[in-house]
Amino acid sequence: MPTRSHKNRVVMDSRAIDLAVRRVARAIASRAEGHARVVLVGIQTGGVWLARHLAQHLERLWSAPVPVGQLDISMHRDDLDQRLAPQVHPTAIGFDVTGKTVILVDDVLFSGRTIRAAMDALTDLGRPRRIQLAVLIDRGHRELPIEADFVGKRIATGPTDRVDVRLADTLAASQVVLEKAVRR
Amino acid sequence: MLWTRKDLLDLQSLSVEEITAVLDTARAFRAVGERTIKKVPALRGKTVINLFIEPSTRTRISFELAAQRLSADVINFTAEASSLKKGETLKDTARNLEALNADFIIIRHSAAGAPHFLARVLNAHVVNAGDGAHEHPTQGLLDIFTMREKKGSLQGLRVTILGDILYSRVARSNIWALRKMGAHITLCGPPTLVPRIFEQMECRVTSDLEEAIADADVINLLRIQHERQRKTMFPSLAEYSSLFGINRARLAATKPDVLIMHPGPINRGVEVDSEVADGERSVILEQVTNGLAIRMAALYLVNGGQAASTETPEQAAA
Repeated sequence: MPTRSHKNRVVMDSRAIDLAVRRVARAIASRAEGHARVVLVGIQTGGVWLARHLAQHLERLWSAPVPVGQLDISMHRDDLDQRLAPQVHPTAIGFDVTGKTVILVDDVLFSGRTIRAAMDALTDLGRPRRIQLAVLIDRGHRELPIEADFVGKRIATGPTDRVDVRLADTLAASQVVLEKAVRR
Repeated sequence: MLWTRKDLLDLQSLSVEEITAVLDTARAFRAVGERTIKKVPALRGKTVINLFIEPSTRTRISFELAAQRLSADVINFTAEASSLKKGETLKDTARNLEALNADFIIIRHSAAGAPHFLARVLNAHVVNAGDGAHEHPTQGLLDIFTMREKKGSLQGLRVTILGDILYSRVARSNIWALRKMGAHITLCGPPTLVPRIFEQMECRVTSDLEEAIADADVINLLRIQHERQRKTMFPSLAEYSSLFGINRARLAATKPDVLIMHPGPINRGVEVDSEVADGERSVILEQVTNGLAIRMAALYLVNGGQAASTETPEQAAA
């Protein structure tokens, strides 16, 4: 194993994150046939923050409340016998997803395996009319045939780089950092 | 995640962090049981063997259902139907089960330490479902889970365990877990069943029922185990009931929000009157529901155990 260190670069500051979230919200609003059946489901843990912020913008655009839920996918992962059991966070979806346009929300789209698990977890809860995917970052390197419907920013990464999305309660303290893997 | 163990054998050896991890995980699994589809694929393709060398119905069913709700395949194996009757050793029986590619072995055995022995000789995950009078870790966990859900915290909680302590693995698992979590424990019952040696486990020991339950937040009633007693430890069930049974009059002298718990099966009219067992302070049936969630959590966590060495930091973070 070559030793690795990481060279960090901020790829989105708080202003860029804010603009990207607003742009994604507008895209969701323009694509949706009507707000009545649109619900947001954030994937634990990074997607939950983003779903809440997207919902705030959508509520302003639509002048109507947008239901937000949170989904944990640990029990649906495909690598549970190859790793320590991941911490299970609460799934809290206080509405029926059947017949709804469910927009899954996550911070980073990478292999696509999390989204595969999320779709399985979601369909255990009901039968949505359709499922769409909104992400803040698409970093490429898909291992499954999954694409996002709404993307905040696409960034080029190496497969062993790390994308660290630091989302604080206040937007001002949030940023996205790309940690480049450096082989020596 | 703080859980790295291959097996769940006892609560004595668990840290506060590990116990907390099971309780937190169980809360998520309890929510699964409240859905229309009560099943998740976490153990899809895995084989779970219930190796019950000592008879049990409720614990076996609880483990069986827990495994099925995690999508595992389950085989039940009881002492009556086994070659143990023909003189096969426990080790050989277990090795045969492992040769069938069993991934989990849930064992109940009359000999203390049997699960620990299996865990050493097998690669399969081993979960202790009760070994002699030693421990019954999932029962202890479901008991403290129920207390935590109802009372918010275990720190400083006053828990009175009443009845047959001497022969009870449930009592021992409760004591280990409650001590670690910062609760105050009182043990009460006939002196023959509650010897003062338990004071070495930092418990208050008394035979005065009124004193034991007056300021309790939780009263955990243990079943009088006729079958486990080699000789009579008290004159009669009627006398036990009149001295230590919880009835309405005795309940009136407790805190208004005291929880009445019992691991089951209840001897109605012995440890507790029906009025109290079915009353509003009783959480006996919630314990059953929570037990399923605890066992799902235990299987889920040990499934990932021992994989630590092969895990890369990237996987851990993913």
